[in-house]
Formats: sequence, structure tokens, C-alpha cells
Amino acid sequence: MSTWDTNPVLKVEHLTMRFGGLTAINDLSFNVGRGDITALIGPNGAGKTTVFNCITGFYKPTEGRLVMNRSIGEKHLLERMADFKITADAKVARTFQNIRLFGGMTILENLMVAQHNPLMVASNWTIGGLLGLGGYKKSNVDAIETAKYWLERIDLIDRADAPAADLSYGDQRRLEIARAMCTGPELLCLDEPAAGLNPKESLELNNLLQYIRKEHDTSVLLIEHDMSVVMEISDHVVVLDYGVKISDGTPEFVKNDPHVIAAYLGVEDDEVELVEEEVGL
Amino acid sequence: MDYFLQQLINGVTLGSIYGLIAIGYTMVYGIIGMINFAHGDIFMVGSFIALVIIVALGITAATPVLLLILALALVLVVAMALTAVWGWTVERIAYRPLRGSFRLAPLITAIGASIALQNFVQVSQGAKNKPLQPLISGGFQLTDGGADGSGFVVNLSYVQILIVVTTVILMLGFTYLINNTSLGRSQRACEQDRKMAALLGVNVDRTISLTFVMGASLAAVAGLMFLLYYGVVDFYIGFLAGVKAFTAAVLGGIGSLPGAMLGGLLIGLIETFWSGYFSVEYKDVAAFSILAIVLIFMPEGLLGQPEVEKV
Amino acid sequence: MQARQRDSLLVASLKDSLGGAVITFALACVMVGLKVDVASGRGAELFLEHRWFAVAVAVVTVFAGRFLMNMFFWKRDDAPSIGLSGFLPKGGLGNGTTSVLKYAMVALAVVLPFALMFWLGARGSRQYIDLAILVLTYVMLGWGLNIVVGLAGLLDLGYVAFYAVGAYSYALLAHYFGFSFWLCLPLAGILAAFWGIILGFPVLRLRGDYLAIVTLAFGEIIRVVLLNWYEFTGGPDGLSGIPRPSFFGLEFTRGEGGFADFFGLKFSSIHRIIFLYYLIFAMALFTNFVTMRLRRMPIGRAWEALREDEIACRALGINTTTTKLTAFALGAMFAGFAGSFFATRQGFISPESFTFLESAIILAIVVLGGLGSQIGVVIAAIVMIGGFEFFREFEEYRMLVFGMIMVVIMVWKPRGLISSRTPSVALSKNAKGISADLVQEGHG
Repeated sequence: MSTWDTNPVLKVEHLTMRFGGLTAINDLSFNVGRGDITALIGPNGAGKTTVFNCITGFYKPTEGRLVMNRSIGEKHLLERMADFKITADAKVARTFQNIRLFGGMTILENLMVAQHNPLMVASNWTIGGLLGLGGYKKSNVDAIETAKYWLERIDLIDRADAPAADLSYGDQRRLEIARAMCTGPELLCLDEPAAGLNPKESLELNNLLQYIRKEHDTSVLLIEHDMSVVMEISDHVVVLDYGVKISDGTPEFVKNDPHVIAAYLGVEDDEVELVEEEVGL
Repeated sequence: MDYFLQQLINGVTLGSIYGLIAIGYTMVYGIIGMINFAHGDIFMVGSFIALVIIVALGITAATPVLLLILALALVLVVAMALTAVWGWTVERIAYRPLRGSFRLAPLITAIGASIALQNFVQVSQGAKNKPLQPLISGGFQLTDGGADGSGFVVNLSYVQILIVVTTVILMLGFTYLINNTSLGRSQRACEQDRKMAALLGVNVDRTISLTFVMGASLAAVAGLMFLLYYGVVDFYIGFLAGVKAFTAAVLGGIGSLPGAMLGGLLIGLIETFWSGYFSVEYKDVAAFSILAIVLIFMPEGLLGQPEVEKV
Repeated sequence: MQARQRDSLLVASLKDSLGGAVITFALACVMVGLKVDVASGRGAELFLEHRWFAVAVAVVTVFAGRFLMNMFFWKRDDAPSIGLSGFLPKGGLGNGTTSVLKYAMVALAVVLPFALMFWLGARGSRQYIDLAILVLTYVMLGWGLNIVVGLAGLLDLGYVAFYAVGAYSYALLAHYFGFSFWLCLPLAGILAAFWGIILGFPVLRLRGDYLAIVTLAFGEIIRVVLLNWYEFTGGPDGLSGIPRPSFFGLEFTRGEGGFADFFGLKFSSIHRIIFLYYLIFAMALFTNFVTMRLRRMPIGRAWEALREDEIACRALGINTTTTKLTAFALGAMFAGFAGSFFATRQGFISPESFTFLESAIILAIVVLGGLGSQIGVVIAAIVMIGGFEFFREFEEYRMLVFGMIMVVIMVWKPRGLISSRTPSVALSKNAKGISADLVQEGHG
């Protein structure tokens, strides 16, 4: 038994999502292991982002169950929760394929917004903070410290007061991850984090993800096109094609699965060997 | 039943006028995604232009029928043309410089243009109501009110027929224009993706200008119809008519031409029936409530396309 | 090829100016050239008044104006800068300037009534203090709306409804229960906030222009109800005899026990005017203080984040519905305060004071000032309201000019007069303002 079956942080069970007549995801089941980096891969239009949107509550699945097992023992059924509750209570955070930072706010402010919920409690839902009661001031300082910690991790501490929209693309990607981490997630969902990065930025991203996994008890689920990234850092790979799971296992296993090769090369299963011979595998 | 029939006739007439104005809103919203707040006032300017020309030509109810029809046709054409210039000018001065800029800016200039137009007309034409003696009187009496005269007399006046017929003809013409001409094609292209349309050689500025011109000339038609139907105009009629026509456009599904017409009819009917059966004072509340209810519960309207939230 | 590449400067300018003249003629020939008037005493017959001279003046002005502009600015290759922006000062005010400006303005506002009294005497200064009160009322309303539109990015075109709720709350509470101003002021604010939540709840999932139009509809509904509910609100006649505020229980009346008597002053009606001035000044400052404080708190940051990207907010666990509602309710509350001030100052209210035009003016002040900028609101309110009152002699032209100025300022500075955003929290001491080009205007 692999870790993702014995100790899953997220269980996706029979997930189906239909848009009108179109079935984007069909009866998909897989597990995300606690402490693992799990990759969800597949050709364009396979339904990967739709899976993400179901997990993070932006879509309500047509059928299926999404069970989040928190480390404190709570179970959350994500398909029944409002999107913001999924982040606030079930501790699932996400990033977006097309980066969604608060461009007109500073980098520090972006990270402060991510700590909204604990700060709201600390400020007695604004009233205490407005009246200047204790508590809030300290929490505010702590929140800034947390933000600084992540800014150091992503090497942006010197630019803390610059508007987020001014950052380079790679910096924006890492800031978005840091911002998601500021919500204190147990599961971090990254939608194509390496898209558009150059090799150096890619490497920095890998290091950041490894660090998050090692130091923060956060499991990572990521969508990725770039096979080199996937094979290098993930412990577990799930392959989707046309909304159906076609392979599930270790990177080694998936790499050699004929279904996967067929899906990626766009040929029928029985032609795979032929193609493999041609390309010299 | 007879009372109902009368309200139905009145509602369809009023709805036609709203529908004509609503087309201007829907086309502009479709193409540049803004509420042209000044459109109601363009309608008002249109009805004033029609009024001035009618008085200038000396048209009265005494004019022989054939001549009257010709003269009204002339009034219609001139009012459409001149109002179109007003629509074009407003777009050129208040909206075009802000294209592609901050979204709130054109909204504010639209409100500014609306205030300016209203007060321009107040200054140039005076603040007093302008009552016009009815030019076309008479009509068909559909029921005679029963033998004992206790029933309700249902009238279908010639003006009402004129309004509905003109509206139907113009609607058909414009639908043809949008669906079958290159202008309509460029317009639809700009609605979909303005940048791409420009790259493919569509003159976006011209297309948008023409949209305003078309909307304004239809508003002028509505203005003339309003004048003939109610026989009185003032500089303030644009605001309410504008809000109701916008409601109609939203109800029908913004961006959709048949939707604007359908919405106009529905708003006209709702307003007349509300006034006929409940209370005249609160007829505007009825229209505004419908606007709110439609937007809250089905923002895509009756014939519009739902907007999908992209994540 | 080279020869017909471009018309010469003169020909091009002439062509353009001729076009402008033709358009002007088309615009003016009917609407200016002929005026329909109602003959009195002749059976309300319509007759025409001819004013072709005015049309000629307009056409010639446009022709000459465009021709000169074309010759010397627009069509010249070496023109220094083109269009409107060439004639108007460039750029926004820097951060340093605004903070100096801020304190200067507060200081000026504090001494203003006494300075005016000193220069003009009680009689002469009265109209200016009245104007200052009016400007401050709009500043307060602008600051209140700034929370909704500037910070949270929610476009509200029915803001005046909450102003009306505040005014009528005070008038009715005073009328039916005899409550005093100081008791009604918080009640009016709470009631307005309550209405803000009731109206806000169903509409806040709408976005952009749709939200604007629904709020407009709600504003009009409230006004029409006030107009027609005769038994309760007095309908178009309005409510009069609204009690005036007292100074810690001291009425501004002549004789025994009044304000003047208590302080041993000679009675003068200016005392109350000055008191009202400081009252609205304090209320406006309170609005600003609360807003600025909230901006540095999680709720304020959530508002701004909402304006930037609502979807990202939801992904960060922020309850966008309650966040929007608090902005809406708070904005409404300040409008409610301002409304009850308005009622007590006028002593008389009617639905006529709460038309769509008021909402439009308040929104224009916020947008012209620069979304989210508190000092911008002050400048815009002074320019718009002060300027508006200044041109009182031109009675019927001033609304026309007002509308045109709204267009001109917006075209000149689409982002408003002060268009830079100060970060709500910063690590370094001298964090720079954020250019408005990066700041989103919100979608809801």
C-alpha cells in the first residue's frame, strides 16, 4: 500500500462534473497522500483545472464526494461547502493558472490579506481593533512577521512595499504561492505553477515546493504540463484524459504506462509499441 | 374583459416606444459594454427636434390626410438624421477619448452628458411643458360598450396603429441590417472581440460611431411617437423613459435586439396594467422593482446569454 | 505618391474645421435656431422664435476655434502636446504635497468661520459659511461613498437613498416621538445602515454596471415611496418644523436660557450657523478618521482586495458577501448621519432633495477626486459644489456647465485628480504611493 491510500489528506470519490451536455470529468477517483507532492497531469482539455475548481468550491460537482481529512482529525465534505469556507475551515488553498494577485496592493499587503480570518478574530470583527483594544495590535505584528518570513523564503523582502503588479512573472508566481501559504493550508493546490518560467525560476520553484512540504506539514497537489518538473519532484502522479483517469501511481510507474504514452502522443493503445519503436524508446 | 383589452392595446403601444429606445441601450451595451446614460436624453432631444419641425412646418390636425402623412414622414426622417448627429457627437466627445480606459470614467461622462443635454434643452427650449394639439385623431371603436351603455368602450386609435406599425417595420429593417449587412457583421465582430476585429481590418471607431448613430435615430423615432401619443414633452422626459427602456433591455437580455423589443413590450404592458388595476402613483415603483428582480434572479434576461464566471 | 500622401496643413485644417462647422450646424439648427414656445392666452398654442444669430455664432466659433487649433496644435508634427491635456497641469500631487495639503486644509477649516466673521462681519459672512457647510456635507457624503466605491469597488448609484433615510428618520422620529437631534443622530445612522444591509443583501452578487443600475432603481423606489406615502411622509409637501440641534442642551434662541444668554453673548443668528459648521466639520472628520483606521485593518484590506480581485479573495477564505455588506452598510451609515444633519440644518425636507441627480453628484465627486483618495474628495467637492454655487448668477446655465465640466474633467483625468494609492501597511518608512494605473476599479 502506498501512502496516498493509507493516509490520504484528500479523497476524491466518483467525481463527475457536467456542463450542460458536456461531461468534463467522469467518475474520477484518486487520493492525495498526506505530506506528498501529488501531480495531476494530462493533455490540454483533460479537465485538470475543472478538478481544481471542484476541490476549491468554485464549481459544485454534479456527483461525487470530496473528503478533506485535516490533521487535527476533522473531516470536511468539500462539495457541500462554500468556496471561502473551504479555505477558511478545511484549509485548502489554491493558486490560479492566470495569476490572480492584488496588483494595486503592495506585496506585503497581499500577504496580509491572506491572513484575513485570524486577524478578523483578533480584532473582534473590527470593533475591538477600531476601539484600539489590545490583542489586535499584537496579532497585527505577528501577521507582519509571518509575511516577512514568507517574503524571505521567496526572496522578495526588499520589495515588500512595491505593488504586486510590478513584479516579474516568476516572482508573481512565487508570491501567489506564498500568499496561499499565509492562509495556513494543509493542502496547497497549484494550477500550473511552472507555466512560463525560465529554467532558473523553475528550479527556485522546485526548491520552494520541497521546502513547503518539508517544513510545513502541507501536502501539495499540482497541475503541470512540464514533465521534467513533475517527474522530478512529485511522489505520486494522476493522469487524466478527457475527464477520465487513465493512470495513477509513482512517477516511475506512470512514465512507463502505455495508456499515458498513448494519450500524450495521441495514438490508439495498440499502436503504442509501434510508435515507441519509431521514437526509439 | 373590455377594460383588459383596452389596457392591452395601450400597453403594446407604450411598449413599442420603450422597445425603440431599448434597442439603443442594448446595442451600445453589446458593443462597448457601457450603459449609455445619456441615451434617454437623446430620446428627449429627438422628440424636441420632432416638435420644432412640426411647428415649423405648420402641421396641424387640419392638414389634409395625404399631406399630413407626407409631412410626418419628413419630420421622421429629419428628426432621425439630426438626432443621429447628437448621438454621434456625444459618443465622439464623451466616450471615445475614454475608450479602453478606467471603467467608471465613461459612466461619469455619460451622467455628465445626460445632465448637460437636459439642461441644454431647458436653456434652449425653455423649462415649460410643450403641449402639442393632437395631429391624428379618431380611431376604431372595437366595442360599443353594450346596448345599455354600461360596458367599457374600447378604442384603438390611429396613432396607436401608426406607432405599432412603424415600430414593427423599423424592427424588421434593423434586424435585417444587423444580420445581413457588412455593417452588422462588423458590429457583431466588435461585440465579440474588439481587438481581434481591429486586427482583421474592421474599423472599430466607425462601427461604434454607427452604433450610436443607429441607436440615436431609433430614439428619435421613439421621440416622435411619444410626442404624437402623449402630445406633451418637456426636458425631463428622458430620465424616466431612459431608465424604463434600460429595464426593458435588461429584461429582454442585454445585447439582444429581439430581446430589447420583447422587454419593451413587457415593461409597457406591466406598467399599463399596473396603472389600470392597482395604482398610478406607484407605476414607476413597479417598473423599478421589475428591474431589480430581473437583475437579481436572472441577470441574463429572457433572450440573453448567461455569463459564465471564468476562474 | 509622395505628393498626395498628405494634404497640406492648411487644407487639412480647413477640411477638419469645415466638418466641425457642419456638425455644429446640424446640432444647432433646430435646437438653438428655433425655439418652440407656448403662447399664453391664445389657447396654449405653440409658436416659434427664431435665433439664427446664435446658430451663426456657434458655427463660426467652432470653425474658427478648430481651425486655429488645427493650424497650431493638433495637426502640426512639431506640436508640443496635443489636445486638452496640453493646456492643463500635468500629473497628480505627490505624497508629500498631499500630506502638507491635508493639514493645511484642516487648519483652514478650523479657522474659516472666524476668519470670515473677521473680514466680512456676521451679516456678510453668513452666505459663505452656509456654502462651507454645504461643501462639508458633500465632503462627508463623498467620504462615505468612497468606502463603497473607492475602497470596495462597488458601484452605487442610489447612495442618496440612505441620505434620505437618515433625513427622514430624524424628521419622523422628532415628529412622532419628539426625540432630540443628539438621540436621533445615531439612530438615523443605524437605520440607514440597516437599510443598506436590506437593499445590499440581494444585489451584491451583481457585478459592475448591473449593480449600479439596481442601486439606482432602489434609490428611485425609495424616493417614489416617500413622494406617495402622503399620510406618513407628507408626500411632495415634505416635512417641516424639524427641530434644530442644541448645544449641550442650550437652544440657539433669543432670550433666557439660550446659547447666547448662557455665554453672555449678544444674540445673533450666526451662532447657530457657526455651530452647524463645526458640527458637520466634526462629523466629516469622524467619517474620515473611521475610514482611515478601517483601511489599516483586516476589513479595510479585504475591501481593497475585493476591488482588486474578487475570485482571489474567495480563494483566500474571505467571505465576500459579508465583506461587501459591511462596506455597503458603513457607507450607508455615514450617509444616514449626513442626512439627519441635512434635516436639522434645513428644518424642512421633501423628496425633491433626494433625486438621482444628488447620487450622481456625490459619485462624480468621488470619481473626479480619484477613487479611494480622501483628499481628492475634498478637492472635488470644493471645485464642484463651491464652483456650482459661485456661478449662481448664471442660474439656468450652471447645470449645463456642471454637466460639461464633469465630462471635461473625466476626459482630462480619467483616474481622478489624486490618482495614487497609499499602501495600508509598509515595512519601510518611506513607502511610495501606488500609481492608479495598477489599481483595479472593481467589478461589483
